[in-house]
Amino acid sequence: MILLRDLGLSLNGRPVLNGVSLEIGRGEILGLAGESGSGKSMTALAIMGLLPEGAELRGHLRLNGLDLLSLSDRQMCRVRGRDLGMIFQEPMTALNPVQRIGDQVAETLIVHGEATRAEARRAAARLLNRVGLPPDRFPPTRYPHELSGGQRQRVCIAMAIALRPQLLIADEPTTALDVTTQARILDLLKGLVAETGMGLLLITHDLAVISGVADRLAVMRRGEIVEEGPAASVLADRKHPYTRALVAASAHRPTTPPPPPPPGPPLLEVREARRSYPAVHSGLFRRLPPHRAVDGVSFGIARGESLGLVGESGCGKSTLARAVLGLDPLQGGEIRLDGEVVRAGAAMPARLRRKMNAVFQDPFGSFNPRHRVARLIAEPFHLGGRPSDADERIDAALEAVGLDPKHRDRFIHEFSGGQRQRIAIARALIARPDLIVLDEAVSALDVRVRAQILDLLADLRARFGLSYLFISHDLSVVRSSTERVLVMQAGRIVEEGATEKVLHNPAHAYTKALLSAAPKLKEPE
Amino acid sequence: MSARPNLIAGGVISGAVLTLAALSLVWVPHDVTALNIAERLRPPGGPYLLGTDQLGRDMLAMLMVGARSSIAVALVAVGIGMGAGVPLGLMAAATRGGWLDEIVMRMNDLIFAFPALVIAILITAILGPSALNAILAIGIFNIPVFARVTRGAALGLWTLDYIRAAELAGKGRARISTEHVLPNIANLLIVQATIQFSLGILAEAGLSYVGLGAQPPTPSWGRMLAEAQTMIYTAPRLAILPGLAIVLTVLGLNLLGDGLRDALDPRLRRAAR
Repeated sequence: MILLRDLGLSLNGRPVLNGVSLEIGRGEILGLAGESGSGKSMTALAIMGLLPEGAELRGHLRLNGLDLLSLSDRQMCRVRGRDLGMIFQEPMTALNPVQRIGDQVAETLIVHGEATRAEARRAAARLLNRVGLPPDRFPPTRYPHELSGGQRQRVCIAMAIALRPQLLIADEPTTALDVTTQARILDLLKGLVAETGMGLLLITHDLAVISGVADRLAVMRRGEIVEEGPAASVLADRKHPYTRALVAASAHRPTTPPPPPPPGPPLLEVREARRSYPAVHSGLFRRLPPHRAVDGVSFGIARGESLGLVGESGCGKSTLARAVLGLDPLQGGEIRLDGEVVRAGAAMPARLRRKMNAVFQDPFGSFNPRHRVARLIAEPFHLGGRPSDADERIDAALEAVGLDPKHRDRFIHEFSGGQRQRIAIARALIARPDLIVLDEAVSALDVRVRAQILDLLADLRARFGLSYLFISHDLSVVRSSTERVLVMQAGRIVEEGATEKVLHNPAHAYTKALLSAAPKLKEPE
Repeated sequence: MSARPNLIAGGVISGAVLTLAALSLVWVPHDVTALNIAERLRPPGGPYLLGTDQLGRDMLAMLMVGARSSIAVALVAVGIGMGAGVPLGLMAAATRGGWLDEIVMRMNDLIFAFPALVIAILITAILGPSALNAILAIGIFNIPVFARVTRGAALGLWTLDYIRAAELAGKGRARISTEHVLPNIANLLIVQATIQFSLGILAEAGLSYVGLGAQPPTPSWGRMLAEAQTMIYTAPRLAILPGLAIVLTVLGLNLLGDGLRDALDPRLRRAAR
């Protein structure tokens, strides 16, 4: 149905795609896998005719025999939406925040002259129902901010399939979502393909996501397709070394063995921690009861231990992390680090604050863009004054995370996401803390980079005797890097135990749901 | 920088006005305080490049000195606005949701609730008309503008992880505001300053037009306009020249502000590429 042959693309003279040939038939799901920068998204944009300025496209691009490259902008506009639909990674920004979801879905129909306003409204309600937003629970009059990330992605899907396109392009549609939501969205997409007979191009960096969904699989590296074939056989045979590397990274486990925990009192003790957010107004006068983000949580971390904390977004894990770090006060209970009480803000002595640090999720928002690396890393020296050997320690920290000390005079925009995360780890390390809180520290990274960072974290932990509080929504990350794990749901710890035991033999229904939702690659015999 | 007509045009016009104003400090073609009735209403040309007014004063010299007082008033007024507004905005953002934030922002609303020019007239009417009081009046109305722009931009930054990292390093709100927040909103403030500067020039012209700005014999564009009004049919040049000076200066500064915004905003820069 859609056919790409020898598609080449250069952006301002720089080659981006080279000899890309793909084919997607009716009712077929083609998975396109590769790392960031491999050209996956550019392939999608080339098909949609949405390339940025300065792009030069060569080769053939046909939709049912129609040469898309020969169409004018105006003609392409008609094809887009009608024959080609697309959904993006970030459902938070893909919707207009001031328009009701029903109207946004209806708009596609009205713009293409398919329906009158009233008909489009009815069609929109039907579509929203089809994508799992039934009108009795999610009326089309809702606004995007009233929906969760997964529900917004469903609205995006409803918009994309409104005109029954022949091809739907999904660019990392579940990367920003929790595992359980991800599984449901993938199921929905699969069901829609079977029902409508459209083709689906599913783009992702994680092979595990594709494995249960795609009929065929293409692996892309540096703008070229390195391997293509039926998904099951590509994943089982792994002929190309790059495919092998991607599969290995997806199921990666650090090899450094964890050091035995030394005896003694726990490093961190959390007892009956409680934190709620003030009530929000509902309507003009009614106040809702305060939202309990963390509701009576207790746990401990031994010296040198790595503890996982798993749960979906909104379960309170980040709120808990902020309290542990002394950024937000608790309303009840107590947190002790090394025997001393952790208090929020200025009430916490520098001596105590020095004993912990954090690495955050977003490698792009974690650094002041106007400072150089040396100054960024040295920020924790603010606690207790800049030591006399500060420069040596900055170099040592850069070396410890696998970067060249020569990078110290560069600005942060000169680094890739993985390198930035290494710099964030260097910043967390430099004041020689005992505890590092890793708040989704590898969630935004590609599988191969993620594997490298996990190795680095395991290695640093063994070398410096660190303890980790490893927060993630992704069980596979926690499995490979923690000894114990806590499962959190709606502000409470619902299960706790040795990581292997919890993951192999979950006791709580929620843990079971999380586990079954996580995409897995089958190990070939 | 090559394909930015706004920035270049704005820079050239504003630069020319500033140069003429600066030049008037050391040299003017003729003394603007000396009256010379014999030379009154001379057409442009000869020793008087732009002619003379009804009292025989050189128009070019008047415009140059007038530019000086307009720029001085607007500049100091913007300085007052930034000097008070930016710290207030930073404080409000740092204590977002707290009582300080609430007080600062409600005071802003209060000032915004008054019509700026009418209050400026009131202030100069009470304190007496002078350039200094014009500065004060215009400056006060610049404070909430800068406070609001600063707070809005700073609020976005406070959610970023590098602010978290600074908090973890034990840095206080004031330190974080100056070290991490202010440098990252500076370009926005520069753009706002150029726009407020042009509004300040307009406000000064308005105040001196109604006689509440710089007092005679100091020339000012607004009063030149007012005095030329009675002779609009006999010597239209007397009204057109200061009017043109005001329009060009404001236009130049607005273009400069627009151009700076495009040049300094990394988001727009990426879109342009």
